[in-house]
Parts: sequence; structure tokens; C-alpha cells
Amino acid sequence: MLTKDGIPSVEDLSAVTPPTKRLNQGPVAVIECFQEIPCNPCADACPSGAITMPGNISARPIFDENKCNGCGICVTRCPGLAIFVVDFSYAANEAMLKIPYEFCPLPESGEEVQVLDRAGKTAGVARVIRVQQQANKTTVLWLAVPKDIALDVRNIRRKMGAMS
Amino acid sequence: MRETDIAVVGAGPAGLMAAAYAAEMGAQVLLIERSQALGGQLVKQTHKFFGSRQEYAGERGFEIARKLMDRIENQPNITIWKNATTLGYYPDGVMTVKKDEKFHTLKPRKIIMATGASEKTLAFPNNDLPGIYGAGAVQTLMNVYGVMPAKRVLMVGAGNIGVIVAYQLLQAGVEVAAIIEAAPKIGGYWVHASKIQRCGVPILTGHTIKQAHGTDRLEGVTVCRLDEKWAMIPGTDAYFEVDGLCLAVGLSPLTELLWQAGCKMEFVAELGGYVPWRNADLLTTHNNIYVAGDVAGVEEASAAMVEGKLAGLAAAFSLNYQTEKFAAEYHEAKNQLNALRAGPVSAKVCSGLCKVMLGEAI
Repeated sequence: MLTKDGIPSVEDLSAVTPPTKRLNQGPVAVIECFQEIPCNPCADACPSGAITMPGNISARPIFDENKCNGCGICVTRCPGLAIFVVDFSYAANEAMLKIPYEFCPLPESGEEVQVLDRAGKTAGVARVIRVQQQANKTTVLWLAVPKDIALDVRNIRRKMGAMS
Repeated sequence: MRETDIAVVGAGPAGLMAAAYAAEMGAQVLLIERSQALGGQLVKQTHKFFGSRQEYAGERGFEIARKLMDRIENQPNITIWKNATTLGYYPDGVMTVKKDEKFHTLKPRKIIMATGASEKTLAFPNNDLPGIYGAGAVQTLMNVYGVMPAKRVLMVGAGNIGVIVAYQLLQAGVEVAAIIEAAPKIGGYWVHASKIQRCGVPILTGHTIKQAHGTDRLEGVTVCRLDEKWAMIPGTDAYFEVDGLCLAVGLSPLTELLWQAGCKMEFVAELGGYVPWRNADLLTTHNNIYVAGDVAGVEEASAAMVEGKLAGLAAAFSLNYQTEKFAAEYHEAKNQLNALRAGPVSAKVCSGLCKVMLGEAI
């Protein structure tokens, strides 16, 4: 539960997950910002005007999934690392997931990694497609993830032996 | 005896902003900092800040510190004293300062106290074992000096400092066994808690520390659950084998100089302890003493920066310094503070501020 451990419930998540139709059309952001905190860099960051915060910087972001093209700029800017991009059009069995990542050493493109859910439990295995380093040090990892777990994966763990 | 328009005590986020804005108004500022570096706690903050662009949102704390330092270090109206501890304030308006092992006296026309806060601690058996730290010490070791404080740590406190420092420990390659929190809910932002959880670190609310174990150093900690009246529940003990215990159990304002100056003080639990009465310009009941930042009430660094801006502008204005930008900057600062405090996470701070707010400002 969010108030006890910061883990959103199924209901919390369904309220911020774009509809299936939109998910299948291509890359789109999922904004897991559930608390009214004074913060608005996501709205400043979005070049498409898909994220807005009218009036009050403590409001939760309002997201228009039809304006979002999944570019992922908000993923790097969000101070809470609470935004992810998911692309169900990536392949037949795999979705592409972009997650913010701030740990060293970074994985390499092509590396196979364990993927973790919101509670840090192992959810399966994924392949790193791209490691997009940013000037602000919030790296964006592009992961090819089995479609059935793509909406649950929020972190990775490098496999033993892959660590240099 | 040295004279100056404005003495700013403390060069953290509030003091740096106060010095910058007062000096830009034309006032001669002496910035007095106890440690060898400017920036206060900002230099240890590796996470991106919240707020809006005006408060450097999205930038990391240590980078904000660098920007603020750049702004003041080339400002001709500011004299910086590092390694300088303000010792006292006397009824004739004289301040005493120890700098470079020498005793200095100083007579500022106005003072902005931006002394910050100190960490609270917890009483439990063996709480003096090596390996038990405050969160500030852990951050100093890791983020200032690059020293790993322990291999496996238990964090006490799920406020913003606890969840942020737990994340920084993970980034430094330290294992975090768990975060325990006595309250039934986490106090930190949920997004910070989510970052910890997806790394597999459990957050245990309604838990407290019972005892630390070890002979020469910390070897483990016993925790137990609390009931709704915060009493320990027998039979719920759990043991964590850890060599580090990090206490992030709150801050209390550093108000000694305000007491000495005779400012009217009030105990306000929501603001962390005794804090001074002040008006909307952050002027205390002492006509020459302003406050800004955690000394005025424990809050986020973004609010401390804006308070510094406001106090710096108001103190310089009270000495008849004036610029064309003043009115706009003054109103901007007030609007920024209102915006930062508008949401539900600031409700506690706002209810505390109401208890120590005096009437008229400029």
C-alpha cells in the first residue's frame, strides 16, 4: 500500500495505465505519481504537451496519452524516477520498456538481466536493448521484456558474472 | 570592531540565497560559515530536487550548491568567512565569532540567522556502539569523503531523509537490510519509498529499535513491533545482522543564538522544536534579526532557499537599499513559498507556521 511502503495497489495502477488500445499502438508513458507533492519538471520536460499541471505545482500531473509519443524525456527528468515508457508494438512476444536507472556499473546493450517488480521480486528475464546515458546521470535503460510482465517490471538486477 | 550591513550566519541553501539577494540589492554582506565549505547539507544531496524550475527542480543538490556558490563567490558585496563559528550575540548588537583560532567582534546592522538544524537521536541500549550513525554522518562519509560507512545497514526512519539516504547507500554498494519506521505510515514521499522497494528493501512501519548488540562494534540489532499506542508488542522481536545502523529520526532547529538575542520562541512540534516567532518577511521579534531555512522550522531545502531569498531581500530593503527588480522578486518569493506549501504534504508545516506568525510585513 502506498501509505505504508510506497507500493501502489492494482487500483492505483489501473488509474494511471493507458488503455490497452493505446498501449498496443506504440510507445507511451506510464506516470506512477500518486501523491500531491510540489513538483513539476515532467510538465516542463514534455515537448508534446502531453503532461500538464494547471494551476498548482502540488497537483498530480494530467496526462494525455494521445499526445504522448513515448520519447522518454520525462523519464530522465522526473525527480521521483516515477515515469516509465512501455511499447507493446515492439515485437510479437516482447514489449519494449524504458526505465530510469541510477546504479553503477551500468549494464551493456545486449546483456541479459533479471527483471524485478515494484516490490523488488524477480519477475523474469529481459534483454537490454540500449543504455541511454544522460547528462543529468539518470540513465534510461531500454529493455525487451516478455509482454505478460511488461507492466510489472520496474527494475533490473545484473546476473552474477556479468558484473565487471 | 568590524561593521557590515548584514551578517548571514550559515552558508547552507537558506544562507547562500539570503547573501546573494541581499548583496544584489546593494548591501554589504558578511557570510559566516562554521565549516570549511559552503553549501551546508546541499553538498551531500545526490538526488534530484522537487519543486519548480525557480527552485532548481530536477537538479541534484550538490549541483544546486555549486550554482549558488558561483553566484556569491564573484559578488563584490559579499565577504565570505569559512571556518568561522558565531559564538554569541550581545544586547549592544555585537556578535562574536571565532575564525582561524582568533576571536573577532562584529557589529552588523541586520542579521539573518540561517543556522539550520541538528539531527535528533534515539535512546536504546548500546546506542553508542561504533557503526551507529546519524543519517547526516552517513551522507558525509559516503558523498563528501567517499568512505563506505558499513557493509549492511538497517535504516531507522521512513521520512524523506531515511528513504533518500537508504537509496544513496544502495547506490554506494551497501546492502540495506530494511527501513523501520515507528509510525503506522511512511513520512517520506511515496516515490522515494517506491525506489527503495523495487530494489527489494522492505519498509516496516509500526516497528522500533529495541536494542543494539556488539562488543567493540555493532554486530546486530533487535527490533520489535509497536501497537497503536506506540507500546512495544511482546513476542514480536526480530533480529537483523548488520554492521551499520543509520538513524534518520528527524531534525531540530539550531536556535541558540536566537535565544541569546531574546527572540520570542515557541515550541512547535510540527516544525521540529523551538522556533522563533516571525512575520511574513521572516523578521523575528528582534528588530534586527531575520531567520531563514530550518532554524525557522524544519522543511524541505527548496523552501529554505526561497526563505533565504525573501529574508535577504527584506533585510536589505529595511536598510533602504532598493533596486528596480525588488518588488517583482519580493512578490515572486512569496508566491514561490505559497506554491511549495500548497499541497497536502505541507499541511503539517503550515499548521506549525500558523502558531508563530506575527502580523505585518513590509
